[in-house]
Amino acid sequence: MAGIPVVEIATIVPIMLTVGANRIVPGVAIPHPTGDPAKGPEEDKRVRRELLERAFKALTTEISEQTIFAN
Amino acid sequence: MRLELHKIPIENVCWGERTHVKDRTLVIDQEKALGVVSGDPRFASASLELARPGESVRIIPVKDAVEPRCKLQGPGEVFPGVIGQPPRTVGEGKTLVLEGAAVLTCGSIVAFQEGFVDMSGPGAAYTPFSETQNVVLMVEPREGLDQHDYEAALREAGLKLALHLAQECKETPAEKVEIFDLPSVGEVQKAHPELPGIVYVFMCITQGLLHDTYLYGSDVKQTLPALVHPNEIMDGALISGNCVSACDKNTTWHHVNNPVVAELYRRHGVDLNFLGVIVTPESTTLAGKERATWYNAKLAAQLGAQGAVVSEEGYGNPDTDLCMNAKKLEDLGIRTVVISDEAAGTDGKSQGLADATPEMTAFISTGNVNEMIEVPPMERVLGHPEAIAHLSGGADESLREDGSMYVELQSVIGSTNELGFSRIGCRWI
Amino acid sequence: MAYRVVCYINQFFAGMGGEDTAHVPPEFRPEAVGPAAQLDQLFGDEATVVGTVICGDSYYGEHLEEAQKACLELIAKEKPDLVIAGPAFNAGRYGVACGDIAAGVTEELGIPAITGMFEENPGVEMYREKCYILKAADSARGMRKSLPLMAAFALKLLKKEPLGTAEEENYFSRGIRKNFFHAENGAVRGIRMLLQKIGREPFTTEYEMPVFNKIPPAPPVKDLSKATIALCTSGGIVPFGNPDKIRVSSAESYGVYDISELDNLNASNYESIHGGYDRVWANEDPDVVLPLDVMREMEKEGVFGKLYPKVFCTTGTGTAVAHAERFGQEIGQQLKEAGVDAAILTAT
Repeated sequence: MAGIPVVEIATIVPIMLTVGANRIVPGVAIPHPTGDPAKGPEEDKRVRRELLERAFKALTTEISEQTIFAN
Repeated sequence: MRLELHKIPIENVCWGERTHVKDRTLVIDQEKALGVVSGDPRFASASLELARPGESVRIIPVKDAVEPRCKLQGPGEVFPGVIGQPPRTVGEGKTLVLEGAAVLTCGSIVAFQEGFVDMSGPGAAYTPFSETQNVVLMVEPREGLDQHDYEAALREAGLKLALHLAQECKETPAEKVEIFDLPSVGEVQKAHPELPGIVYVFMCITQGLLHDTYLYGSDVKQTLPALVHPNEIMDGALISGNCVSACDKNTTWHHVNNPVVAELYRRHGVDLNFLGVIVTPESTTLAGKERATWYNAKLAAQLGAQGAVVSEEGYGNPDTDLCMNAKKLEDLGIRTVVISDEAAGTDGKSQGLADATPEMTAFISTGNVNEMIEVPPMERVLGHPEAIAHLSGGADESLREDGSMYVELQSVIGSTNELGFSRIGCRWI
Repeated sequence: MAYRVVCYINQFFAGMGGEDTAHVPPEFRPEAVGPAAQLDQLFGDEATVVGTVICGDSYYGEHLEEAQKACLELIAKEKPDLVIAGPAFNAGRYGVACGDIAAGVTEELGIPAITGMFEENPGVEMYREKCYILKAADSARGMRKSLPLMAAFALKLLKKEPLGTAEEENYFSRGIRKNFFHAENGAVRGIRMLLQKIGREPFTTEYEMPVFNKIPPAPPVKDLSKATIALCTSGGIVPFGNPDKIRVSSAESYGVYDISELDNLNASNYESIHGGYDRVWANEDPDVVLPLDVMREMEKEGVFGKLYPKVFCTTGTGTAVAHAERFGQEIGQQLKEAGVDAAILTAT
C-alpha cells in the first residue's frame, strides 16, 4: 500500500498467498497469531519476539515476488 | 448396517396433560418436559415456549436446533457419548423420529455467532425452522458462569429435551418406515463394480468456543478424520457445538437430516456406490489443515473412491481447508464437487471465497451470506431482540424501534446451509 | 403516463454517412432516429422515445471526456426515465461510446441505461460492470433480433419488475452475485454435477475460481534502527468497550487508536470483538493478536526507530473485499503522509 513495505503475520498462509500479500510470516494459530499463551507467559513472549524479528527481517529484505519468511 | 427410521409426522404442537402424539399433534406435558432440564445448577432459570409455522414470532438468539429422535430398538441410544451412554456406535435397529418437530435452544448470547428464526414473513423463507413445530427452550445462565460451561449446559439440555420428547411418544405407531441398508465397502463394490464409488468428505467447524463439533461426544478438533457410516449420523453421532455463523452452521437437526447423505443413499446402487462418510475437522493452524486434508485424500483413495462430495461448514479460514481438500483429492484422480456458501459482500461484488485453487472446478453455491434482507416486526419475540446488534450479520442499527430489522442473511439460522439443505444459491447478475 | 426514453446512436445509424462523417460532434434531435424509431414502435404506448442523441464514433473516441459530458447534458435536459445506446454489435469505437454513455448515465444521472454488443466488442470488458450490456450478434444483421429484446428488457427496468439472472435476461453479467432459489436443493445439484464430472459430461460450475490482483512488492526498509513502524490488525482488537462500535463481522469501518501511552495490552485496556475465532486468549492478553508489548520492548532496545503512536484495527471476518481495499488505501495514505516507513499487519 502506497509504496510502504508491509509484512503480514497470520496463520493461513495459502490465503495470504492467494490474496497477494508479498511479505508473509506464518503466525502461531488463528486465535493467537502473535503468541502461544498455552505454553506459559515466558514462552508466549519468546515466540512473539521471534515472530517480530522475522517480521523485521521481511521488512528489510528486498524481494521480487511473494515470499514466506518461515525462519 | 441396517437402520429403520420410524417417522411420525408432526403437524401441530400444544401443551397437555401428558406427552404423546394424537392425530399428528405433539401434545407436551410442559412441567415434565421442563423438569428434564431445569434441575441443572448451571441455569438460573429455564422455560419452554411453542412457536408454530405461520405465527408472528421471532426467536432470537438461537444456538441450535435438535430433532426429537430416540432408539426404539438398539443397540445404543441417540446422541451417543453426550446424552446416550455408553458412547457405543449406533446406526442399526430402529429409530423413532418426530418428523416436523424441533427443539430450539435460546438464551442470552454466548458469543457472536448465534442467529434468529422468523416463523412468518419474508424471513421465514430462509430457514427450515419456519416450517417445523418448535419447542423453544429459553434459559438464563447462572451469574458468573463461564461461557464454555454455559454453552455445554445448553447444548446438553437441548439434546436431553429432544430425546425426552421422542421417548414419551414411543407408543405411537409410525406412519412411515424408511429403511437405510448399506453393507460394508467391500460388499458394496462387489455388488455393483461398474458404478463409481463416492465418498462424502464432511467438513465440520472445530475452532473453539461456539465453533465446535462432537462425534460420539469426542471433540472433533482433537482428532484425525474418521470414517463414519451414514446411519451413525442419522442416529445423532454428530452433534453441533457451534454457531459458526447462524447461516451456515449445521444444526444438530441438519446433521440427522443431512441432504448429501440422503441423496447419496437415494442414488446408491443405481448410478453410484455410496462408500461412506469422512468426518473431518477444520483446524485453526496451518499444520492442522494440512494434516486433515492429506488424510482425507488418503482415506478416500484407500477406500477406492472415484468421486467425492465435499461440504464446508463456515466461511473465511475454512475456505482454505475446502481448497486443500479439493486439490488433494483431484490430484489423486478423485473427481470432486464442493458445496459452499459465499461471502460476496453486501453489494455482491466481492470474491466469495477467501481462498482459491484451480482444481475446484465443480462448485455448488448455497448463497451469499452478506446479502441484506428486510424483516418486519413480529408480534411476539422469544428471547432477546436487542441481541441482533451482536450477531454476525447484525449491527447496532439493525433493529429499528418498531421491531423491524435490516440485517445480513447470515443472521438467519440455516439460511445458507452448506450441506445444500435449502434451494438457495448465488447466480450472476 | 408513458415512460420517457432517450436513445444514443452514431452517425451511421443516423443516416448521416459512414467514416466520412465519423467526426460529427454530439447533437440532439427531438425525435426517434434510426433504430430508435423501431424501439419507439416496440414500446407501444408504455414508453416513448422523446429524442435521440447522435455523435460521430471518431469524435467520441478522440474526445472521451468532453463527448460524454456533452451527451449527458443533452440527455439530462430531456429528463428521461431510461436511456438506450446502440446496439453496437461488434463495432469497437461505437461499442466504447455506447458503453461510456450507458455507464455515465447510470452513475451520474441515476437512471438505468442499456446497450447491446457482441461479446468480443472491447466495450463489453470495459463497461459491463457499469451498465446493462445485452448480448447481440456480431453485425447489424442482428438488429431485428436485438431491438425487441432491448425494448422488452427496458420495460422491465422501467416498471421495476424483478429480474432473473444475467443469463436468463441475456446480458453480460455485471460481476454481482445475487441469491436466487433453485428448483432443487444444493445436495441434489451437487451430486448430479459430480456424476457429470466423473462421466466427463459437460457441466457448469456455479462459481468460477476468482483471480486475485497481485501488487508488486514495495522496496525494503533501508535502516531499521531509524524506521517508524505502524501496527495494524484485522483481528478485531479494540479499546475495551469498543468505543467506535466496530462490527463483529462484515466490518465497514476501521478504528484508529492512540497507543502512545501504552506499553502493553491486557484484559482491561483492550479486547477482541472479532466474531470469527475463539476470543479467550485475545481477551486475556490482546498482545497475542496485536503484539504491542514486545514491539515496545524492541523500540526501547533500539531494534527499530519508533513505534507509530496510532494503531489501525478492524475485523476481518466476512469483510467485503471492496471495503478491505478501501481501508488499505486510506490507511496507506495516512501512513505515507505521517512518514511511516513500514507496517506490520496481523490477521486471524
